[in-house]
Amino acid sequence: MAVGIIGYGAYVPRYRIKAEEIAAQWGDDPEVIKRGLLLYEKTVPNQDEDTVTIAYQAAKYALVRAGIDPREIGAIYIGSESHPYAVKPSGTIVAEALGMTPEIHIADYEFACKAGAEAMFVCYSHVKSGNMRYAMAIGADTSQGAPADALEYSAAAGGSAFIFGADEDKIIAEVLYTYSFTTDTPDFWRREHEMYPQHGGRFTGEPAYFKHVVSAGRNIMEMAGLTAKDIQWAVFHMPNGKFPLRAGQKLGFKKEQIEPGWVVPWQGNTYSGASPNGLTATLDSAAKPGDLILMVSFGSGAGSDSFIFRVTERINEVRDMVPKLWDLIHGRKFYLTYGQYAKFRGKIHLNPDV
Amino acid sequence: MIVPRHYKEMPQRYRLQGNRCKACGKVFLPPRLVCPCGSEDLEDYSLSWKGKILSYTIIRTPPTQFKYQKPYAVAIVELEGGGTVQCQVTDTSLEEVEIGKEVEIVFRKIFSEGEAGIHCYGYKCRVV
Ligand SMILES: [Zn+2]
Repeated sequence: MAVGIIGYGAYVPRYRIKAEEIAAQWGDDPEVIKRGLLLYEKTVPNQDEDTVTIAYQAAKYALVRAGIDPREIGAIYIGSESHPYAVKPSGTIVAEALGMTPEIHIADYEFACKAGAEAMFVCYSHVKSGNMRYAMAIGADTSQGAPADALEYSAAAGGSAFIFGADEDKIIAEVLYTYSFTTDTPDFWRREHEMYPQHGGRFTGEPAYFKHVVSAGRNIMEMAGLTAKDIQWAVFHMPNGKFPLRAGQKLGFKKEQIEPGWVVPWQGNTYSGASPNGLTATLDSAAKPGDLILMVSFGSGAGSDSFIFRVTERINEVRDMVPKLWDLIHGRKFYLTYGQYAKFRGKIHLNPDV
Repeated sequence: MIVPRHYKEMPQRYRLQGNRCKACGKVFLPPRLVCPCGSEDLEDYSLSWKGKILSYTIIRTPPTQFKYQKPYAVAIVELEGGGTVQCQVTDTSLEEVEIGKEVEIVFRKIFSEGEAGIHCYGYKCRVV
């Protein structure tokens, strides 16, 4: 039985801050960021946006492309490291707002930047097992980097939603293989009640990101008996512009195979929504019927989930039904000053409301 | 405590669930028990998420919960397929807010109840 994505959608906010603006605030050289990390600007959530509203919009677009009754969806899992509540699920709000309640299984997932892909993994398994007809996975975040930290240039807002199903006439991208590679690696963390995460500096590169991403990519390709020449497009988690290109190179992929989903230089790192947005952007642009897409997520802590998808004819029917991610990224946008950005992100100490 | 009221109003705030008079076709959000035409025969009706600005005002001295959003516009939006809603205009510069402008309804956080209360979500609009 073929199981795959039958609906997908992505959303990013309209607000942006440029690398130059952040660099000017802290006395950094913007060229080092732009050339070194390949980060030009990033999305910033409006004051009324959070993981719930981003997940909602991505899910709404996915439902349009799937063309199904929301009440037929058996599960909704939202992966994020910026759920608006410490206790109270994001998924219930999104499911209620989209008319999916009450006969639905709901859970919020967390695993740094991997939580969205993790939700995809479980939704795929639910459908494959026959447990559910449809299941929806969302990766969305409005993550924060500490002021003046390197992560401030990348931590952005956005996300993607995917509905999995087995209706042959509805599958847009069939899941051919899945694989996970996970170890206990303390490369990035945030303790309870801390506002910003801590990271292991250089420890985040080789032993964390590259070890997991490259292993998950190499092993799933081996499992499938495929090389980078047999796979048209590849999506790797994008903490900055440089890492996914280097991971791809290690696996034998050319830059052109990564570019359709390489949204990070203009979007930033949308954490749980990073590799999911890469997949959406690839489906929205370069993917043709019959093409294979490799997707490898990465979550600090640390692990990678990988997938190989095969695109179907249906991509041509659904692609233009809702706004495409590249159009949202390059479309209507408003640039913020650092002061406005600090206000939007709650970085300014204010007196309590009286 | 706003929880009971927010909970009760979720269908209209989350999903634009209103109703429509079967006699004259008028659409209402929030739903009404009796239509101004006198009919009490109304059916459930979900309003459209597309429309245009019928009228608006700029708020420069907002209530406490909205003070860090000032200045912002509140618009009356005429929706495709009938009905109007009054809501905040978001993701839009004030210069773009004009009568007749096409808008889409979006799902947003309207306000949070203090530092520790609930987040109240609902609809706003933004210029397309
Ligand atoms: Zn009437």
